[in-house]
Amino acid sequence: MTRPSRVLVALSSVLLLGLLVTPLWSIHLVAPQYPEGIGMRIHANTVEGVEEHDIDKINNLNHYIGMKRIEPAAIPELKYMPWIVVALGAAGIATGLAGRRRLLIGWLTVFGALGVLGLYDFWRWMHDYGHNLDLEHAIIVVPGMSYQPPLIGSKQLLNFTATSWPALGGWLAAVAFVLGIAALLLSAPKSRMTREVPA
Amino acid sequence: MQPITRKIAGGAFVAAAAIGTLYACATTNKPQSTLTTGDAATKVYVAPGSYDEFYAFLSGGYSGQISVYGLPSGRLLKIVPVFSQFPEEGYGYNEDTKPLLETSYGFVPWDDTHHAELSQTNGVPDGRWLFINANNTPRIARIDLDKFETSEIIEIPNAAGGHASPFTTPNTKYVVSATRFSVPVPNTDVPIESYKQNFRGTLSFVTADQPGKMDIAFQILMPGYNYDLGHAGKGPSEGWFFFTSYNTEQANTKLEENASKNDKDFIAAVNYKLAEQCVAQGKTKTLPSSYLHNYVDAGSRLAKSETRTSVRVLDPKDCDGVVYYLPTPKSPHGVDVDPTGQYIVAGGKLATVIPVHSFDKMQKAIAAKDFETTISGIPVLKYQSVMAGEVQKPGLGPLHTEFDGKGYAYTSFFISSEVVKWKLGTWEVVDRIPTYYSIGHLMIPGGDSKQPWGKYVLAMNKITKDRYLPTGAELAQSAQLIDITGDKMKMLLDFPTVGEPHYAQALPASLIKDKQLKYHKLTESTNPNRISSEAEGSIKRSGKRVDIKMIAIRSHFAPDNLEGVQVGDTVYFHVTNIEQDWDILHGFAVLGANTSELILQPGETRTMKWIPTRPGVFPFYCTDFCSALHQEMQGYIRVSPQGSTVALKANTSPKAKAQMAGGNGGGR
Repeated sequence: MTRPSRVLVALSSVLLLGLLVTPLWSIHLVAPQYPEGIGMRIHANTVEGVEEHDIDKINNLNHYIGMKRIEPAAIPELKYMPWIVVALGAAGIATGLAGRRRLLIGWLTVFGALGVLGLYDFWRWMHDYGHNLDLEHAIIVVPGMSYQPPLIGSKQLLNFTATSWPALGGWLAAVAFVLGIAALLLSAPKSRMTREVPA
Repeated sequence: MQPITRKIAGGAFVAAAAIGTLYACATTNKPQSTLTTGDAATKVYVAPGSYDEFYAFLSGGYSGQISVYGLPSGRLLKIVPVFSQFPEEGYGYNEDTKPLLETSYGFVPWDDTHHAELSQTNGVPDGRWLFINANNTPRIARIDLDKFETSEIIEIPNAAGGHASPFTTPNTKYVVSATRFSVPVPNTDVPIESYKQNFRGTLSFVTADQPGKMDIAFQILMPGYNYDLGHAGKGPSEGWFFFTSYNTEQANTKLEENASKNDKDFIAAVNYKLAEQCVAQGKTKTLPSSYLHNYVDAGSRLAKSETRTSVRVLDPKDCDGVVYYLPTPKSPHGVDVDPTGQYIVAGGKLATVIPVHSFDKMQKAIAAKDFETTISGIPVLKYQSVMAGEVQKPGLGPLHTEFDGKGYAYTSFFISSEVVKWKLGTWEVVDRIPTYYSIGHLMIPGGDSKQPWGKYVLAMNKITKDRYLPTGAELAQSAQLIDITGDKMKMLLDFPTVGEPHYAQALPASLIKDKQLKYHKLTESTNPNRISSEAEGSIKRSGKRVDIKMIAIRSHFAPDNLEGVQVGDTVYFHVTNIEQDWDILHGFAVLGANTSELILQPGETRTMKWIPTRPGVFPFYCTDFCSALHQEMQGYIRVSPQGSTVALKANTSPKAKAQMAGGNGGGR
């Protein structure tokens, strides 16, 4: 690995560790009754309201449609996700220190796979919240209606427009991954390139 | 349009009004159509969803409340209940706010508000509080401008007709209250005819800069005149307070004639810094008294009432130089100090000029002991020695003056029904505009302060006659918005008002709009009747008293089925709105209750006292449209005959069960 690429990997890892202190994703809800909006931010270790009582407000509104209460304590991923982030960041720094291109390829593969897996898991939770409704106690039942916000973008859910979007941590992860790819490209061995040229 | 003079063809004013036609009617007979200009509509148009530039606080007069309007649109934003019960909010009906309306005379459900006054810092409105007086049973109230709620009321002892109130000193150290009616001090059973011997006026200085701790710092005992209005000095005159007085004739009957004889009455100039020294030196007498101080405890939001038993009274005879009288023509009403603090403008109701006193001249006259006479230890300065100028032929019936901060003064004229603009220093009239009809006070935002926001003047009128669709014998009173940004005043807008607006104050919305409270934090509530989850709902008996604690949240009460109450019990419903969400209020009303509903702000606990008088099952419901299922937000309470064996019972909601089991129903 070249010196710039090692620096990039280290930088990428530091950015990744930023996920421990920044929200990964945000879901913003706007309705005629809430022009000011209510929302939540998904962190590596918790889900919190944008304003102090937003989770309570969302849970209280959700009781009308029979949705489960959003209880961060009941989501196991939030317990081990920070450790995954720490491990991935540490591995990235180790990769930079070691300066071995194969390690970098391996690290990026794991990083990418975990990213995809994380998004799938997030989608699966939203799918569960949005579809697995307690119709027996639901007050508002619209046949065929489910309440899953999109992973990215906006969707009308009854009176609410739900907009879901990566938050700062999500963007940090994306930039970290791009930096990792850049490091990989920069670390392409010169010898190999020179070999390829004459070939 | 008829001449304005015919519109007020009331006994005492006929003669004056006839004179008025000589030099005032030319201005009041203008055809209405020329009064507004083409762009008036755009100047007051505030598009849907947009905000007004100013909050205006209008006294509600005999409604006893404050009404809050946006300017320039004239849209009513809120009525803040102060001295009158207000069932719309349960104010003065629920157990929590009743103590605010307690007085030494017991519970008083009504009063008459006159003068709104914003708190000031360095002589400029600061948006902390609004004060307002009760005229009938003299009191001063504080309204918090982050909640738009009355938070404190103090009763003024040794007073009757708290009219010259609650004008503030430049840093709101004091707000004042001068008694309109002189009365025996202390009030005792004496012949009314003994007025001249026994009746006295009082000027009260009430400390106001500590919320929840208003107190009568001292009262100054004055000759038995009627004290009418007041304003603090500012700048060079800071440390002085000016009060108008009339009835220096000391009439006790038929005042319209007997109190209008003297050519000049007085402005009392009070050196309150000196008064403080005399008080500190113990030159006061402590009079036993009984008056109430009521305040809302911030943590519990429960109003409390405490009785105070004495007051310090200062006699000017014991504090040399504390009060001087400035002779002022004729039955002066308003006394207004210009933004520089140099000029003291009086509105002599029956005067043919606007007299303006000079603070500098007053100081010189005092130093030179240029006295006409002395009354009860109060030197009377010579009019010519203190007078800075007179505005000649201004109109008829001058009442009040406000300032634009650009060197002009605007005076209201009741009889000739107009606002007259004149220049400070030259005393020349530069413009006049009719009002519809019979203006009392007028108001420029910050117009009595050091720093007016001189964009508009608001005229507050007593008579509306043909201005609006008629509504029977009682017609709306009204406010009129006048643009004062140009050389000529321009009428922009009329709007009807709540009750009778006397004075008003206004400030830029930016000073207070972003500090508005959105909900009360449940976790910070110290109300002993607060509960914060459904699981805590309860019904408890103690003798004949039954206490019910329930929560309100969209869209149910919990508990919502109650049994075991008996005829003859006194039931207290303690309802807590456990929402922590802006603008989500709930209400609570019970069939047949002899009181108003409760209205519950988010995070608030309120208590209704209910004495069931017959057996049966009585529904209760939410009265404030809270949600799509608002109409389902209801419950029942069963009342059994006295001595019944029906057990006390409150049902347990599914969520309460889950909460008690420690399951997934946690939190709220």
